[in-house]
Amino acid sequence: MSVSMLLAVVLICAAVFYVLGNRRAIGVSGGDSRQLHSRPNYYGILAALWFAIPAIAVIVVWQVLQGHFLEGGIVDSLPPDVLERSADQVRLVVATIKSLAFGGIASGVEPYMLESAAGYRSAHGFSQTLMSIMSLALGLLVAGTTVARITPQTRARNGVERIVKAMLIACASLAILTTAGIVLSMLFETINFFKTVPLSNFFFSTEWDPRFSSAGRDGGDTGQFGMIPLMVGTMYVAFVAMLVAVPIGLLAAMYLAEYATPKFRATAKPMLEILAGIPTVVYGFFALVTVGPFLRDTGDIMGLDIDARSVMTAGIVMGIMIIPFISSLSDDVITQVPRSLREGSLGLGATKSETIRKVIFPAALPGIVGSILLAASRAIGETMIVVMAAGVAANLSGNPFEPMTTVTVKIVNQLTGDNEFTSPQTLVAFALGMTLFVITLGLNIFALHIVRKYREQYD
Amino acid sequence: MSAVETNIQSETVVPPQTATPSNVAKMRGRDVCVFYGEKQALFDVNIDIMEREVTALIGPSGCGKSTFLRCLNRMNDVVDICRVTGDITLDSQDIYDRAVDVVHLRARVGMVFQKPNPFPKSIYENIAYGPRIHGLTRNKAELDEIVETSLQKAGLWKEVKDRLDSPGTGLSGGQQQRLCIARAIAVAPEVILMDEPCSALDPIATAKIEDLIHELRENYTIAIVTHSMQQAARVSQKTAFFHLGNLVEYGETEQIFTNPKDERTQGYITGRFG
Ligand SMILES: Nc1ncnc2c1ncn2[C@@H]1O[C@H](COP(=O)(O)OP(=O)(O)O)[C@@H](O)[C@H]1O
Ligand SMILES: [Mg+2]
Repeated sequence: MSVSMLLAVVLICAAVFYVLGNRRAIGVSGGDSRQLHSRPNYYGILAALWFAIPAIAVIVVWQVLQGHFLEGGIVDSLPPDVLERSADQVRLVVATIKSLAFGGIASGVEPYMLESAAGYRSAHGFSQTLMSIMSLALGLLVAGTTVARITPQTRARNGVERIVKAMLIACASLAILTTAGIVLSMLFETINFFKTVPLSNFFFSTEWDPRFSSAGRDGGDTGQFGMIPLMVGTMYVAFVAMLVAVPIGLLAAMYLAEYATPKFRATAKPMLEILAGIPTVVYGFFALVTVGPFLRDTGDIMGLDIDARSVMTAGIVMGIMIIPFISSLSDDVITQVPRSLREGSLGLGATKSETIRKVIFPAALPGIVGSILLAASRAIGETMIVVMAAGVAANLSGNPFEPMTTVTVKIVNQLTGDNEFTSPQTLVAFALGMTLFVITLGLNIFALHIVRKYREQYD
Repeated sequence: MSAVETNIQSETVVPPQTATPSNVAKMRGRDVCVFYGEKQALFDVNIDIMEREVTALIGPSGCGKSTFLRCLNRMNDVVDICRVTGDITLDSQDIYDRAVDVVHLRARVGMVFQKPNPFPKSIYENIAYGPRIHGLTRNKAELDEIVETSLQKAGLWKEVKDRLDSPGTGLSGGQQQRLCIARAIAVAPEVILMDEPCSALDPIATAKIEDLIHELRENYTIAIVTHSMQQAARVSQKTAFFHLGNLVEYGETEQIFTNPKDERTQGYITGRFG
């Protein structure tokens, strides 16, 4: 039985146990459900959960462990001369056998492989059958006991509550563990990178020039991995974007929240939010064919030499992209400021704009900073607009009308390059990602600190 | 000025006007009708709010007391669907006239709300807010002075003088409401409107606010909405009874409570409905 089939069977059985639990509860109550501690359907849910959870747990654990044991079986079946080869090559042989077993096409097939593949295939089939039996048997056992033990006093409601809580905790931990996993894997690759390239080269060099060759392997020059031009580019573009988005976004939010009629707000807000839904490649296009040439032509008129691809172009277009993050979220927090504060201020003879500036804005500050942070992290992480509007050339310059590039662009560049995964040219992507992560994290912590210090809390 | 001195002053130096109310109508409503969209909430209300007196507005919930009170400083302007007809005057000037600056009007006619609504700022900043936006002071010393006298007038100075920098929202409910009164006083209004200022407070805090209203009457004209018959009897000189958007009866508080002319008033104050 395949895993998906098995899962379907488990769900059907769980449904059956729902009905059984339900019936049994009504049965033990003598037909009067008021005698029961919980409503009958809770007994059904309890039984169904106690079937599904053990059964699925068996499947998950089995799938995780099975690969390891079956591969061990393949290795055992290999002829001794193959085993003498290097570990990498043995792994290749094992992979070939696995793909052969399921009708895959492989090159370099030798007779002993076919034999192993057949063995693997039957072992795999046996394992799957065993898993199905174990899984269903455990489910039946646990759920059966649960149903058999139902009495009118059984606290099924509390039991379901506990299971629900456990599932919520499991999901929350999964999210946290995933984050931790991502960070850790980045960290290990970063450490690998710094084994070949010195820290000073990465952090303090202003030259970005990773040679696209296996130079590092041959003991030759590994190239220059100075991240400063990229980091400066990232910050510069994000800064221009924020310069565009923060004032426009905030003022738009204030208008929407405080001045606009409900009818206008109801149409304008979704329209602003559409801006956030446009794919960034479309923005890049817009930068390339409209904003860039416009800036260049304006420069021509004023006698300036402006590149169509520049920090300015990318920043402006990115700023437009992130306006809705600021305006929409800020509008929400501004409208959440209690009406009583507004009336208190207006009742003292303050004008609307005084009320907004001095009472509403400070009260809404934490949420507003939150929206700005979200926009900033979008700006820092944006790649496509930069590629199209500011170019891919690493360049260290203070002039916003020159092309530059950013960290994320180079991460894509390095990872999609034609390099071996273990070469510093690829690994540098992880070091860049890690650095960016640390910087944005620091930015967030700093902003949180500021907010906590200056916020005016209403209850 | 220390707190002790102030107390002596308020006991010895009696402002000359207090002995007799001036018998002048500070605010006057004539044929006031209010509509929320299609729905009419007030019908032809005629009332005089006398200078340096406390006028109590009583009546069952939803009868339009708050609505009327909010007409007096045009807080209803904030409500989009609200429309007011008729004349309301302050010192004989129509407050709904185009020439009247609503911001200026609200500085002259202050408001205290049902639920204490201190700004989430420090106690000092709460009081200083009004004087700052109206430019009432030339320097910090004058502002400090206003903050202190306002808090003194609101009877809060002694309790908060050592923590002017702590947030106003950290005070107890009664203190918050007195802070809001102090905040209203700080802009030197002529009329103070109070919409059920004690409904969220315990009896002791309520008694303090009532004492305060007594003192404030010496210098301000006050209109207060209240749900409590006893409170109206204790603090007011004039009482207006509203019912279903009509001003049913208006007169001396004593007369309203001892000898009401309308049987609806009679019914309400004896607790038969409302
Ligand atoms: N903002 C508003 N929009 C629509 N109707 C309102 C609004 N405020 C008050 N009303 C209506 O006006 C009437 C009087 O309300 P209100 O003045 O608050 O009564 P009171 O303060 O005497 O309890 C009520 O019927 C109420 O439903
Ligand atoms: Mg009311």
